Amino acid sequence: MSNAITTEKVYDWLQGVTDPEVPVLTVLDMGIIRDVQLDTDEKGSVTATVVITPTYSGCPAMDVIGMNIRMALLSRGITKVNIEQQLSPAWTTDWMSEEGKQKLKEYGIAPPERKSDDALDMFEDDSVACPRCGSEDTELVSRFGPTACKSLYRCLSCKEPFEHFKCH
Amino acid sequence: MLDHLFYTLQLADNALILGHRLGEWCGHGPVLEQDIALTNISLDHIGQARSLYQHAAHLTNEIPQEQRAKIFQSVTLNNKINSGELLQEDDLPYLRDAWDFRNALLTEQPNGDWAYTVARSFFYDVFYFLYYTKLKDSKDAQLAAIAEKSLKEVAYHQRWSSEWMIRLGDGTEESKTRIQNAVNDYWQYSGELFVMSDAENAMLKKGIGVDAAALKPEWDAKVEAIFKEATLSIPEEKWMQKGGKQCRHSEHLGFILAELQYMQRAYPGMEW
Ligand SMILES: [Zn+2]
Repeated sequence: MSNAITTEKVYDWLQGVTDPEVPVLTVLDMGIIRDVQLDTDEKGSVTATVVITPTYSGCPAMDVIGMNIRMALLSRGITKVNIEQQLSPAWTTDWMSEEGKQKLKEYGIAPPERKSDDALDMFEDDSVACPRCGSEDTELVSRFGPTACKSLYRCLSCKEPFEHFKCH
Repeated sequence: MLDHLFYTLQLADNALILGHRLGEWCGHGPVLEQDIALTNISLDHIGQARSLYQHAAHLTNEIPQEQRAKIFQSVTLNNKINSGELLQEDDLPYLRDAWDFRNALLTEQPNGDWAYTVARSFFYDVFYFLYYTKLKDSKDAQLAAIAEKSLKEVAYHQRWSSEWMIRLGDGTEESKTRIQNAVNDYWQYSGELFVMSDAENAMLKKGIGVDAAALKPEWDAKVEAIFKEATLSIPEEKWMQKGGKQCRHSEHLGFILAELQYMQRAYPGMEW
């Protein structure tokens, strides 16, 4: 085959698969792709096995992400796509790419900064800079947000509410 | 093999039933932020339950067909098994009757007021944080992975329920009375968490399960520390209710299942 499918190409195509709830982040930015394996049979049909790790146990986006990965690869001529879930090591926002964090900020979501094993005390919350005006003068509105991965803040300088991608 | 399955179901049922109870608050929270908090936490529990039911379905399917038909006392589930079909994760929560459920009685207790919901979650969260910390070293790699993943979520839940214990206990006269009442009433369900079921004993011997009884001193210490900060008193009652982990439930579980299983019972195999 002249247009041989390589894992590099698959990773390239995965750059086009985004989180349905945070559409600026690709699955690679989020750090949920653990492995890609390709298998070619004697007839030249390619099977791809993509290992992904869920962000939160109950995240409903994971099923959609799996489906989108499948469609992206099938549309490029891969014959069969297996999506496998791997729970350990558990996903952490430490795996989010710097590029992903930058994209989040531009999108209006404050990126996770604290390392996940640096736990907060009770009644302590992350101090988060406003993604719009950069002010540090912000306050937590709710530790839980519209999706499991985000909390709600408001900026006391520019008065805008914003979401924070929680450190996990 | 059966003990391994029952052990996994015990963990799954705890997560599902508490997750369902917390989900009942959806649209009824005292403020929007806390309504969202409870549904977020509920979703974590149900997500953990899904991983555990997937594992339990796999364990069931490994059992030879003729034995598989004798594991459960639930007619609808047995019909599916007898048809020769392999079980999927959803069959276990939707097609089992109450007498095949292994959740601790604590998880099925009613939401009551906000204080009862907080107290129930607090007892559970402190326990499961300790439990999953141990279970992540299980010889069953899948259970270990689920525990490792869940632990991060439970740590977050524990912080939430501990803070609410303090906020209510060290709050107004009204909030203190309510949380102390809730603690006094639900205290009797906390002890069962540490009473080893047959499946737990068998799995402990194999290095798969956790010694729940051994977690009691650490649980006591954590609860005491939070109670002290919350200016609450530990109930003197020592007598504890038990039975759920051995499939003997309070009347509440049947009502939960009636709601939870309604669609699959009325329209078998439905999807959307
Ligand atoms: Zn601002």
